[in-house]
Amino acid sequence: MACYLTTGKHFGFYWSFVTVLVLLAVTAPTALLFGFGGASAARSQFLPIRWFGTIYISIVRGVPDIAFFLFFVIALDQGFEFLRHQYLCPDWTDRIWQGNDFVVCSAAKLPLGNAPQWVHEVYGFFLAVLTFAIVFGAFAANVLHGAMQAVPRGQIETAEAYGMTRRQAFWHVLVPQMWIYALPGLSNLWMLLIKATPLLFLLGVEDIVYWARELGGTKQARFSDYPHGDWRLWYFLALLVFYLAFTRLSEVVLSRITRRLSHGQATIGATA
Amino acid sequence: MSCWQTVQDYGLRAIGIGERLLPREGFDLCQQFTLIGSGLIWNVYFGLLALLAGFFIANAVALCKASSNPWIRKPAEWFVLVFRGSPLFIQFFLAYFIFLRIKQAGYMPWLTSAQAGALVVLVLNTAAYSGEIFFGALRTVPRGEVEAADAYGFTGWKRFVSIVWPTTMRLAWPAYTNEAIFLFHATTLVFFSGFPTWRQQGDALYYANYFADKTFNPFIPYPIVAFYFILLTLALIGTFGLVNRRLNRHLPQERRTRLKFRPNIIR
Repeated sequence: MACYLTTGKHFGFYWSFVTVLVLLAVTAPTALLFGFGGASAARSQFLPIRWFGTIYISIVRGVPDIAFFLFFVIALDQGFEFLRHQYLCPDWTDRIWQGNDFVVCSAAKLPLGNAPQWVHEVYGFFLAVLTFAIVFGAFAANVLHGAMQAVPRGQIETAEAYGMTRRQAFWHVLVPQMWIYALPGLSNLWMLLIKATPLLFLLGVEDIVYWARELGGTKQARFSDYPHGDWRLWYFLALLVFYLAFTRLSEVVLSRITRRLSHGQATIGATA
Repeated sequence: MSCWQTVQDYGLRAIGIGERLLPREGFDLCQQFTLIGSGLIWNVYFGLLALLAGFFIANAVALCKASSNPWIRKPAEWFVLVFRGSPLFIQFFLAYFIFLRIKQAGYMPWLTSAQAGALVVLVLNTAAYSGEIFFGALRTVPRGEVEAADAYGFTGWKRFVSIVWPTTMRLAWPAYTNEAIFLFHATTLVFFSGFPTWRQQGDALYYANYFADKTFNPFIPYPIVAFYFILLTLALIGTFGLVNRRLNRHLPQERRTRLKFRPNIIR
């Protein structure tokens, strides 16, 4: 059994857990940044920017996130290749969309056709992170926008009375205070993000779902030293337990952070 | 081929009526709108049935969770924990392999089809999420209302049905609307998980994915899916808004809670 669990393929499986954790670690701040940008855009005084922010926030609400995942991976890939094509091959005369094909010059291919395997994997992972960040950025923008509205109006008025400009009031008064209002929503978002990570499988990254299917499938004695029947049930059970433990741990940690942050704030959490 | 012809051929393709082969050329707007729209039948099927069955189970779960008997409370708590703590995607896979085992043992072979098996998973999943919502609402029923019911001599079942339960529903309704919207979005996962697609009869996203694969152009099929789902979301909010109006009809105008188009992302 110990031998079985330490085959090379199993190390691929264990490594994919790291992939998931790295994805979470990279995506969470990026999505927060996107969300912050979106929420500030929605408050902007300049009308087109405000429209952009509002549309960004609201469109993700009505549409299943999986549709976005499938869409952005192709769209981003084509977008990058299109830009590189414009830049690298200016004297290319053919159309890029030829009927049902998407053709760019070979120098503009991403990753380059002769690139090693790991570049392909890293690029795929990068696209996945960007996709997650865009979708969850919209969710975060929704939360942060609500949090900015929730900061008492009097605080901003006081700041203005002290002669702060709009920008100063935003950075020195609004932003430090909004986090406590945003925290319940953001904790929820973190849970959603954890539960969205198996969708990496759909984006073509070799993640834990991929390996669980691969390793659990029936192995013939001819191809493997460790023949076994259909064990996918047990592999997915292990994944379920992993996610349960992970969400439970996050819940505990987040409730601690909430308690810490509500220190000295005029909300119900602080007085209780 | 006229557009009407396409609609006749592919309008009900998702449930096996009409042309057998999926379109292989052309891929014009009409084809895409028709086929993706026909896939939407499955989304509505999963969503509506899961919502209906899940509603009753959720009520039972909420009541069990509020029970003082640990033998009733603990299983409900575990049920909610497992289904809310793990990704739906993994639940689909796991359920499929469990159903496969049951099938191999010779019982209920129909469970391995997406139309039945995925529905079971969705029902249990939404039951856990809405059970938690109802449980939360049950805890916040105003004490005064229950005391008033006691004063009028309501007891037991009668008190629950005519006083506590309607108030629970009224309090839970905005969050429950949100859950319903998320449930409809979750139906798109069915044909991307372990469950096999039988004769290419998939849901809206399945067909959109088909077109995107064939044309290398994601900018047409996915916005069509988005368009259909925004319509579906608006219809849901409309329907739930009517129920909300009825639940709130006894309250003075300004205390009524209204449903907004921008619900929380809490699920």
